Amino acid sequence: MSLKKIGALAAVATLGLGLAACGGDPTEGDAAASDTIVVGSADFPENEIIAEIYAQALEAKGIKVEKKLRIGAREAYIPALEKGEIDLLPEYSGNLLAYFDKDTTATSTEQVDDALDDALPSKLEVLDAAPAEDKDSLNVTKKFSTDNGVTSIADLSKVKDLKLAANPEFKTRNYGIPGLEKVYGIKDVDFTAISDGGGPNTLKALLEGKVDVANIYSTTPSIKANDLVTLEDPENLIAAQNVIPVINKKKASDKVEDVLDAVSEKLTTEDLLDLNGQNQGDDKVAPATLAKQWLEDKGLV
Amino acid sequence: MSVLSETIDWFSRSSTWSGNDGIPHRLVEHLGYTALTVGIAAVVAVPLGLYIGHTGRLRGLAVAFTGAVRALPTLGLLTWFALLVGLGLTAPITALVLLAVPPLLAGVYSGVESVDQRTVDAARAQGMTEIQILTRVEVPLGLSIILGGLRSATLQVVATATVGAFIGLGGLGRYIIDGQRSSDYPQMLGGSLVVVVLALLLDGAWAIAQSLTSGRHTRVLV
Repeated sequence: MSLKKIGALAAVATLGLGLAACGGDPTEGDAAASDTIVVGSADFPENEIIAEIYAQALEAKGIKVEKKLRIGAREAYIPALEKGEIDLLPEYSGNLLAYFDKDTTATSTEQVDDALDDALPSKLEVLDAAPAEDKDSLNVTKKFSTDNGVTSIADLSKVKDLKLAANPEFKTRNYGIPGLEKVYGIKDVDFTAISDGGGPNTLKALLEGKVDVANIYSTTPSIKANDLVTLEDPENLIAAQNVIPVINKKKASDKVEDVLDAVSEKLTTEDLLDLNGQNQGDDKVAPATLAKQWLEDKGLV
Repeated sequence: MSVLSETIDWFSRSSTWSGNDGIPHRLVEHLGYTALTVGIAAVVAVPLGLYIGHTGRLRGLAVAFTGAVRALPTLGLLTWFALLVGLGLTAPITALVLLAVPPLLAGVYSGVESVDQRTVDAARAQGMTEIQILTRVEVPLGLSIILGGLRSATLQVVATATVGAFIGLGGLGRYIIDGQRSSDYPQMLGGSLVVVVLALLLDGAWAIAQSLTSGRHTRVLV
């Protein structure tokens, strides 16, 4: 086939695809049809549940939704958002900020939200953050809390030979061992690295008294189930991680924003604990079912 | 900078060589776990292997057992044991012993079996007791293969002992696990290289021991 013919064929094909893909705006390029919102999620259950909530809430208001859930880690789904392969995804404010601004010093909810507006690429924006947070949290047993009078991270400075278990990165991250010393003056922590993200082995070490403090994500059902005391963080050592919708600006119509704002307003950390508990407990309720229940309970559908 | 040049940089830092996180300390920890594991595995596998090799009994069972155990993933076992017994040395060492026993057991019984049956019969005809046959004929003649079992067990353990870091143990695995979690790839690569070098050195040492016990040297030991 001659080059000319290939060129002509390619032109025809492109034109055809272009016509088929977009009903209106020809600048949309490879994105999905302009009135459909593609909802994505990270590859873990909680995020999938929130994505389902977004998707079902939008659908209930007559907005066309397509789901591409469980995409992977931030390194995979943020580029997909920027390319327009997905339009909307539930994120965690502090981590999202750290992805775009590695040297950020913002830690409180307000600081993080402000910084996010500047740090995001121009194609993306974040809507209102929910009160719900899923972040690193330092936990002690009820007994340790009572015996030592510890309810806040600041109280830990009076405990001698403090033993702490967390993921390995806690040793070097700003919110970890270096931060404990810099912000709260807690020194000489006996650190045990357990690579299960605050999972069963970390929990066991805490319950058996092998360690005094364990870093467990704040929406992990085991915190509630074992009556653990989550230490307060008055100096905001650990950055805020409010659940926040990040969306392709082109798709953020007033109607879409209203729906998502209404969802965020109602979503609390307690809700996440409860939803995760049902998803990971004996019943293993599916994310889509949990999302439907939650929306009905809150009167959003 | 490429990861490779950053790794060279990591090796040249003084902090890499001192303190609890320094290579000397981690290396000693790692060697300790390896020695303890191979030691316990030897206590279990050597007597059993000698019995199987000498009598030929339980051989089918041993083959099936070692084959099955080899298929178990050490990381999974480690996490499970840690849930049963908690943090500390017990869980990782148990998981590693299960890794070390099959090659060791196979080495010992194959070594004893490798001795020519006519030699064994001759020893018996001379009036040697079964224990004498085992200790003076079968073990010395099969020693090279028995050491081969120890060699392969050591190599597997020294490389796999890195998983202990997954549940808070020290050793060279710390560099690999910590490096991965904090995206510090030079540290990760550096730690892996230390493991590789250590494994090659230990393997070389066993290889020398094996060559000393094969051929004409055997007679000296008898």
